[in-house]
Amino acid sequence: MDALIPPLLNGSAQGALLLLAALGLSLTFGQMGVINMAHGEFLMIGAFTAYLVQQVVHSANLSVPVALPVAFLVAGLLGLLLEVGIIQWMYRRPLDTLLVTVGVSLILQQAALQVFPSQGVPVQKPDWLDGQVNILGYEWPLRQVFTILLAAVCVAALGAWLKYSSFGRRIRATVQNRDLAETAGISTRTVDRLTFFIGSGLAGVAGVAASLIGGTNSQMGMQYIIPAFLVVAAGGIGQLKGTIIAAWAVGVSLSYFADWTTGSLAQVLALMLVIVFLQLRPQGLFTVRTRSLV
Amino acid sequence: MTAASLVVKDLHVEFSGFVAVDGVSFDAHLGEVRFLIGPNGAGKTTCIDAITGLSKAAGSARIGEQELLGRPVHKIVRLGVGRTFQTASVFDELSVLQNLDIAAGRHRPSVSLLRTRRGVDPAIAQALEETGLADEIATPAGILSHGQKQWLEIAMLLVQDARVLLLDEPVAGMSQDERTATGELLQRLAAKRIVLVVEHDMDFMRRFATRVTVLHQGRVLSQGSVADVQADGKVQEVYLGTAGAATTADMLAVPDLPGVAAGTQKQEVD
Amino acid sequence: MTKLKPRLSLLGIGVFAVLLLGVAPVVLTDHWLGNLGKYCCWAIAAVGIGLAWGRGGMLVMGQGVFFALGAYSMAMHLTLESAGDGVPGFMVLYDPLAPLPAFWEPFRSPAFTLAAVVLLPVIAAGILGFALFKRRVKGAYFAILTQALTVALATLISSTIRETGGDTGLSDFKYFFGFVLNDPANRTLVYLIAAGLLVVCLLVVWQLYRSRFGELLVATRDAEERVRFLGYDPANIKLVAFVISALMASIAGAMFVPIVGIITPAEIGAAASILMIAGVALGGRASLFGPALGAMAVGWGQSSLGSAWPDGWTYILGLLFVVVILFFPKGLSSVLGRFTAARRSPGERPPAAVSAEATAAPELEGVKA
Repeated sequence: MDALIPPLLNGSAQGALLLLAALGLSLTFGQMGVINMAHGEFLMIGAFTAYLVQQVVHSANLSVPVALPVAFLVAGLLGLLLEVGIIQWMYRRPLDTLLVTVGVSLILQQAALQVFPSQGVPVQKPDWLDGQVNILGYEWPLRQVFTILLAAVCVAALGAWLKYSSFGRRIRATVQNRDLAETAGISTRTVDRLTFFIGSGLAGVAGVAASLIGGTNSQMGMQYIIPAFLVVAAGGIGQLKGTIIAAWAVGVSLSYFADWTTGSLAQVLALMLVIVFLQLRPQGLFTVRTRSLV
Repeated sequence: MTAASLVVKDLHVEFSGFVAVDGVSFDAHLGEVRFLIGPNGAGKTTCIDAITGLSKAAGSARIGEQELLGRPVHKIVRLGVGRTFQTASVFDELSVLQNLDIAAGRHRPSVSLLRTRRGVDPAIAQALEETGLADEIATPAGILSHGQKQWLEIAMLLVQDARVLLLDEPVAGMSQDERTATGELLQRLAAKRIVLVVEHDMDFMRRFATRVTVLHQGRVLSQGSVADVQADGKVQEVYLGTAGAATTADMLAVPDLPGVAAGTQKQEVD
Repeated sequence: MTKLKPRLSLLGIGVFAVLLLGVAPVVLTDHWLGNLGKYCCWAIAAVGIGLAWGRGGMLVMGQGVFFALGAYSMAMHLTLESAGDGVPGFMVLYDPLAPLPAFWEPFRSPAFTLAAVVLLPVIAAGILGFALFKRRVKGAYFAILTQALTVALATLISSTIRETGGDTGLSDFKYFFGFVLNDPANRTLVYLIAAGLLVVCLLVVWQLYRSRFGELLVATRDAEERVRFLGYDPANIKLVAFVISALMASIAGAMFVPIVGIITPAEIGAAASILMIAGVALGGRASLFGPALGAMAVGWGQSSLGSAWPDGWTYILGLLFVVVILFFPKGLSSVLGRFTAARRSPGERPPAAVSAEATAAPELEGVKA
């Protein structure tokens, strides 16, 4: 048991972090069918925001709760800027959008490298995340529990917002049938912008969580973007339920693989696992069959 | 090769619980221009999708002894079943000749693919003549008129040497003269190939159909000659009588938007 | 017209060959000739990307994988050749008694190495492509999956220091199939091989683009479903293009090693793969010369600007992606094409006729709208 339980707990936290990173991506990808490769850099910006907030609010106990909404706003607004400035002109060229955002991500990385020290910045962990909880006789660090709770709150909030708010319904209508939504009087432009704002904002929140677990540096976004995309793909596009399960599965298997082999080999194995899974189910875990040929 | 007929029996197609085609049977033979009509959402295109392997279906669709259902799309095509699409789909960036050349290519050995085209295939020249596109041979398909694109699609089926032509709304957006020309073309083609047309246009159907099957909500409502079908009370009730309301029917056939499960999206059906 | 244009591009390849093989070795210093050789390697990989992405619509973001197969095959052979009968120095460093890993052993043979450079990418791309294309994985999925693979491979190499040299990579090659690499004359020879291979690759895609296969590939890119309804299996068509592009990447990697003298995971990872794409996008993804020239330009930027002004270079690279893809999706070659077309007939021809002319002969400049 000693070999089985700790990786499970660790992996669940890792999965929660992946889920936070994938949540926004799933929303924007589901909405537009394009990948925002700068999503990882929005996460990085969220992490740096956590650091900057800490320079103003010195107490780490307070700064983390303050940083969460601030990071959401900062990353969200940058996402909005990206949508308005570039992506809105390219909705008909999804693959090209992917490459344009690769360019944006290079620029953001370099900017972060020049503004902040290249070795990264330290984000103080709040005292209330210092302890452990006892689960099944194992000490579970509160930081990991916090990540899981944060992911759960974000998922619940996003799910409820999509389901119950009128804007959420408009987003779903647009995702399902853009033309029909437009003829039904929905401004798909507004919907696109709002979706991008929320999706990028979620990356910011993920960044705050990441800053509490790993290092905060200009390269951190790159670690997340590919696993996050694979989580979205494996879960099934636009499927919240699938994204949750896929994130957890990838997180836990990463953790077990790392336990059995080494950290870098674990990444290779987890990637292979997802690729093989996509071979078996190219449409992801959950799909809805429709008549359309697109 | 003797003329094998297309025989569809008890076709069922379902999309995650929604039954689009429910026990449809019909057949099509050489020498007739066979029509499949019905209001939007009746399942006409879905029938064609099923026959050509685009949608998974239960039941049977045969040409002679060959069962089509369950084979991949390109294998069905190789059995001689060709189709056109509602929105004319030709390769916009290639010329008319290149479009036809690709369509003719499946009969060539694959090594010849590495060579450059020299001259025009006799089959291609004939198809160009037949469809009246001979003057447009070098035109990029993307700048052809709507009607010409549909003719190009039919010409592609001809050089492909399809035994069965499944035409999805071949006269949509055509002028009256173009419709007549298309109808006459179909009648000529029907002598050598099985022609099955899915259409909305009642006038076109009346003028050129040999036999008609009327679909309604995924079932066969009526079958027979144009006169038979027109005389059928049920048909008048659900279709001919409410032809003007076709768009309303279309709206009703689409599932209520906000009610569908969260985050669904368009997906390719394999 | 349609007869003339392919001849014209053949002439272009001829001029290019004369410049690379005849003029450059005479005019350039040893140092710059080495640099040009490096750009030629990137250009070879770029020609393959142009085929897969520009003509086939498959955004290959993981060409680093195939580049690595060729590069490491060659590097292992050259390392063993330099080490003689012994075990390579870097392995002894970690464990003086370490035996040579089993997968190294066959690379002692020059013939095996050359076969591996050709066959490994063909097999790897064949299996990968078959699996992905038959399952109709495409678009962003394909792009990210290939990039994920290249990240995975780079990570794997980084973490196996004893077997592959890890992040330090493989270097200090003394011989290239018996030739002493220190000798400038031999280095020129290596350069000439790389440049010659680039010309050969250009000839291969020139023939492919004007062949029926080239037309079919474009058709598959633009309307995959439609091609299926003509009785072809698009998966096979894409597979052929993908395998050829992988082979070119591998050849590029194999020549990169003796020219540059070192191979590390950084040269094959996500960033390197993206750099290869950048050149292709800049030059014009679907054109014949665009990918090669674009890759050489980006290669020059990378090695001169990248070392003199690294911060600025990254911004330039990022902006290049944004500006080129946003405003010139067909790359600079299309701008050039538009310019010459405008000069030849200033405003006389109706737009339809211009586009007709451009599309009637896609053999030359790539398919223009």
